[in-house]
Amino acid sequence: MMEIGLNHYLVLSTILFAIGLIGVMRRKNLLMLFFATEILLNSVNIAFAAISHYYGDLTGQMFAFFVIAIAASEVAVGLGLLVVWHKRHNNIDLDSMSTMRG
Amino acid sequence: MFEAIAFYLFAFLTIAMFYITVTTSQALYALTALAAGMIFISAFFFILGADFLGAVQIVVYSGAVMALYAFGMMFFDTTREVKEKNGNKYLVTGLATISAILVVLIFAAPIVGDNITALYPVTEGAGNTQEIGIVLFTKYLVPFELAAVMLLVAMVSGIVLAGKKMDLSLTLMSDAEITDMKKEINKKVLS
Repeated sequence: MMEIGLNHYLVLSTILFAIGLIGVMRRKNLLMLFFATEILLNSVNIAFAAISHYYGDLTGQMFAFFVIAIAASEVAVGLGLLVVWHKRHNNIDLDSMSTMRG
Repeated sequence: MFEAIAFYLFAFLTIAMFYITVTTSQALYALTALAAGMIFISAFFFILGADFLGAVQIVVYSGAVMALYAFGMMFFDTTREVKEKNGNKYLVTGLATISAILVVLIFAAPIVGDNITALYPVTEGAGNTQEIGIVLFTKYLVPFELAAVMLLVAMVSGIVLAGKKMDLSLTLMSDAEITDMKKEINKKVLS
């Protein structure tokens, strides 16, 4: 119990992933959905860093670095889309976004 | 001993912060809790010896991304109530299935992982940042450049999406046109 192993970090990562997943599935506010996506990405980063530490391999840290870069670009594009949507429809409600429905 | 204390403390704090982020109805509280959780996550990186990632986490997430979200929140009416359905049975079933699969994978991972040999092992006598630099600029140079290009594309697309009416250039307009435009704007504001 006092010795922290790989499993501890993986369990923590799973808990955070589940929290993020609940957020993605439940929230209808698109801004909250972005927050939950950030939680998902961060939980995966913890798992990458832990595996990198316990196997003495740097690849995990590389991938965590790339995940952070992609998340930053995702925020830029997502917020741009959100601003455009809010200008046109005056809301950011997920249920109202069905214009592409066939 | 101290590692265990630090791990449990920061695990509790991170889970609490992200729980607040997901459940609160106020977007401002969610943003603040998310920023705090990001900083607590950087603590895990420092515990794991990934100093570079911890610094990047603080700089990029708590600095840049949170500032971008705070800026974006100025555009939206976040106090408005959005109706949310609770008690969806598909949601509960799906979440239970996914978490069960994940738990099984977690306890199988170290057993499978015994056969893993490090592809890029830790270099002796080098700091974490130096090690990452060595691997990043030899084996992962092309993905690194691709990430840079992707950030550029994201920046340009963000500007194009959010900055409509950018063809209106104050530097190319004459003084008379600018005063006309100011009068129109004042009319709109006053009416």
